[in-house]
Amino acid sequence: MGFLSATQSISRYHILDTFDTEPMEQVRNGLIQHAIPKMENEYEEISAGWTPFESPYLPDFNKFSFVFGSYFLFSLRIDKKTIPAKLVHKQMAIEIEKKKADSGRDFISKNEKSEIKETIMDVLMHKMPSIPNVYDVLWDYDAKTLFLLTTQKAANEFFETIFFKSFQLKPVRLFPYTLVETKSAFSSAQKDRILTLTPLHFSR
Amino acid sequence: MLDIATAYNKYSFLGNEFLTWLWFMVETGQDITQAIESRDPVSLDIGNSLVLENSLGDKAREKITIKGDQAGLEEGTTALKKGAKVTEINLICKLGPEEEYHFTLKGDSFNITGLKTPAAAGDGSDDEIEGRIIEKALLLFRITQVIDTLFFTFLKQRTDDDWKHKGFDPMRTWIYND
Repeated sequence: MGFLSATQSISRYHILDTFDTEPMEQVRNGLIQHAIPKMENEYEEISAGWTPFESPYLPDFNKFSFVFGSYFLFSLRIDKKTIPAKLVHKQMAIEIEKKKADSGRDFISKNEKSEIKETIMDVLMHKMPSIPNVYDVLWDYDAKTLFLLTTQKAANEFFETIFFKSFQLKPVRLFPYTLVETKSAFSSAQKDRILTLTPLHFSR
Repeated sequence: MLDIATAYNKYSFLGNEFLTWLWFMVETGQDITQAIESRDPVSLDIGNSLVLENSLGDKAREKITIKGDQAGLEEGTTALKKGAKVTEINLICKLGPEEEYHFTLKGDSFNITGLKTPAAAGDGSDDEIEGRIIEKALLLFRITQVIDTLFFTFLKQRTDDDWKHKGFDPMRTWIYND
């Protein structure tokens, strides 16, 4: 479990807005509605959704909790099928030779190659199992602060999309500018002053 | 708020200047507890890596990476003299007498990597999992609060009227070892 492992990587978010009523129920509904499907879709290259922290491979929010003290903790699972390029090359070579032998020609056209590749990709995509990646999400709802336990750009993008779809709350990445805007106690005048700063030059 | 992507690029320099200031604070033995007006003692040390970048005009950049447990940081100050800023720093932060955190902080994104917190108590049994989770969450929020407080302290100094006298000049003196 990433969250309890010895080291963590964290990207931080500020959550704009709050629910009108019953945050716990709203979060539960969002998690259930956008939970990762229990059965893998054989033809989908990427599948993503929520899963309980304590049960990343059996996404059952009725059985496992997402509430720990005053925090919400759950996981984002992204299942991805990756077809190795070398495998595609191998299958292409075999199929091209077969096509040549069947047609009695020494060459095949560009269009025929594209068709062969498309068929090979379909077959391999169907056969290939998805590789799951699990990223934990720690949410302090009252503080409007959330940690995604990864700094991988693709995972961040998936997270931002699925989080908004699930809860209709916008997650804003925290970096220097957004930290000042959302988490500081600076007055408007101080913020204006910060935002007019220009880079320092120490060189002589 | 500004467009997020625009703001990210426009103000990433503030994060890099903050990391450079942190290095200055550590190297010149400044009192971190006092700087952030903390009730509990807070101390910082440079860990085992430091990355600096220097813009060379257009889109060219010079990157200096210093790694190793006992690495000398002289190349880093040389790079600062040439106009580089710290873009990534590995820090050891001690909170109070017992809590020690190790982590790497990036200036532009404020991403935290390789974070090691003090060990959460418990024997790992299922009964204790909720307690371990809550404790771990508290540790993660505690260290990010310290980082934020340090950042806001830097920004407060940076926008003070006496920044040149109390901030910029001492940093330049440290860089040039005057």
